[in-house]
Amino acid sequence: MPKLVEINVHHITRVEGHGNIAIRATDGKIDKVEWQVPEAPRFFEAMVRGRRWEDIQTIVSRICGICSVAHSLAAIKAIEDAMDIVVSPQTEKLRMLTLYGEFIESHVLHIGYLVAPDLLGVQSVVPLVASHPDLVKLVVRLHRLGNTMMEVLGGRRTHPLTLCPGGFKRLPGQGELRALQEQLTAALPDLQVLADAVYSVKEKLPAFERDTEYVALVDRGTYTFYNGNIGSSDTTNTVAVQKFKQVANEYIVPQSTAKWAKWHRASYMVGALARFHLNAEHLYPTAAELARYFGVTRGCCNPYMNTVVQLVETVHSVEHSLELVASLLAEGITPETPRVTAKAGWGAGAVEAPRGILFHSYAFDDNGVCTGANLTIPTNQNHANMQKDLEALVPTIITRPEAEVRQLVEMLIRAYDPCISCSTHYLNIEFV
Amino acid sequence: MSKPRVAIFDFACCEGCQLQIVNMEEELLTLLEHIQPVEWREAMSEQSEEYDIAIIEGSICRESDAERLKTIRQQAKILIALGACATLGGVNKLVNTFDNLEEVKRCVYGDSARLPHLITHAVKAVGEVVPVDYAVHGCPINGAELAYIIRCLLQGTTPVIPNFPVCVECKMRENICRFEYNEVCLGPIVRAGCDAPCPSAGMWCFGCRGMVDEPNINGARDVMARYRKTVEDLQSRLVLFNSEQEQPHA
Repeated sequence: MPKLVEINVHHITRVEGHGNIAIRATDGKIDKVEWQVPEAPRFFEAMVRGRRWEDIQTIVSRICGICSVAHSLAAIKAIEDAMDIVVSPQTEKLRMLTLYGEFIESHVLHIGYLVAPDLLGVQSVVPLVASHPDLVKLVVRLHRLGNTMMEVLGGRRTHPLTLCPGGFKRLPGQGELRALQEQLTAALPDLQVLADAVYSVKEKLPAFERDTEYVALVDRGTYTFYNGNIGSSDTTNTVAVQKFKQVANEYIVPQSTAKWAKWHRASYMVGALARFHLNAEHLYPTAAELARYFGVTRGCCNPYMNTVVQLVETVHSVEHSLELVASLLAEGITPETPRVTAKAGWGAGAVEAPRGILFHSYAFDDNGVCTGANLTIPTNQNHANMQKDLEALVPTIITRPEAEVRQLVEMLIRAYDPCISCSTHYLNIEFV
Repeated sequence: MSKPRVAIFDFACCEGCQLQIVNMEEELLTLLEHIQPVEWREAMSEQSEEYDIAIIEGSICRESDAERLKTIRQQAKILIALGACATLGGVNKLVNTFDNLEEVKRCVYGDSARLPHLITHAVKAVGEVVPVDYAVHGCPINGAELAYIIRCLLQGTTPVIPNFPVCVECKMRENICRFEYNEVCLGPIVRAGCDAPCPSAGMWCFGCRGMVDEPNINGARDVMARYRKTVEDLQSRLVLFNSEQEQPHA
């Protein structure tokens, strides 16, 4: 009798959105390894068509609750590109701070609530409340810091209100910034405790490596999340954001409501590990030291280490935020009113979302009414790479007990911190 | 009394309302002393088919999702619709404004539009598919309001959800009216209970909690006329979150 192994992870848990993993093997030989995305499609590119420029951010923020600042900023930058709007350095600093709030919130959520149960051998964070109360409280505290930043700068925790083309609808006060400064300062020792906790169980992260192409924003001399061109580990040339469609070459596969993407190779990866790959030398000192502590160096191609790099990026976000807050406090907040004159045009915008590089582009008519949109989402760019990783990983572990195989493949997908409901919104509609 | 078993399920949405549950932070830890979460895919690997309270996030846009929701309704003693996608259809309902959904899908997916997993129908709010006991309004929801509703359930009392417009809470926060800035705000006809976070952040109300039960349409007309805005201006905002969706009453 041939030994048949069949593993179906239907709706993988502890990730944003719906994804399935299907594996079938006979006598240790793989018949099928498939990453499937059955998420309900939502047609955002169509939803924005016919809507005025000032309602675009409100709509596209709803693509994703966990990346709502990134989606808002990518849209706003695209609108500003289309309508030739230049914003002040103060606006740029405040936007970066808002985005850092989202990175801290999202990365801590992923590390502390979604991945920690795997590392500590439980099914969810719920039993950890009893077994590791101090650690859970620390994670709650760090998570709140990210939320507070979004609240102070964006007007609330999810789906920001103040971000708009041209600037900010409401500016933070000096007192609010000082309070933030205190909380950011207090976060660094907390992050060290979290890092030690992750370090103590780091052998739970499998030593799996697969070389791939890494794609992220690159900008002279910075570990950038907000500015710059598109960079790749496969070329020293960078590509302007407006030409993002040259990078994300998308195609449809039968097992997915989300499209897949490739550039120089059959797949590429975006996200923390990709950013680290391209920009590691520009990390702030404590973050760089943390990377060394974990032994993660540029060139690391173990996708499971994405979670560790998220921790490094969280520290970097806190360090850079402290610098931005100090500079805003020193210069004082100048009252500014966003001014936009709607006009016809096409524009593109990119930012790094916690899960990777995010592109938005829009076309507008003379009245500022949207006539077409194109959104390319990080997880969408990662789907093909997740599939290739599974294809490389599964044959090396298939003879292990089924529960272990299941655990390792789930952890692999989880390491990407996928935002699957985002990824089904890329729908390549171009209405002209 | 044993703790009520609570399951959270998500359909088409951004999962931002689930995030507000996580964002309850210490209050969530307290809540966990009184309820037993048995299924919550985004946060837990545990699964269960036995639950007392089902919390539903998201809109229904496929037949398979409608069937799944009906099964959940049969299992649950109490069903709570969580957030605008569930209570109103939210931004998802913008899809229903297209003249021809099939044509849009062909533009999107080309010939692949016929693949079975891409088959969608008109988007529905949860209450259009199964009876809803309680609605937690908002995009995103306010965690404190969800906690209040669950607290009422545990104590056997009926939650009181405001049925007056956002303008009331906006005035209490001493905001300058958005119409004074030449903006179109839905505050005069949309249900309060959010504490007007949008106008307080310099943004107009975009109607995520749906309209009050009996909106003062004549009053809204007067406001629009006074600020030289048209009913079309108001409609173009009302459509964003489908604020006019009729609400089921518990």
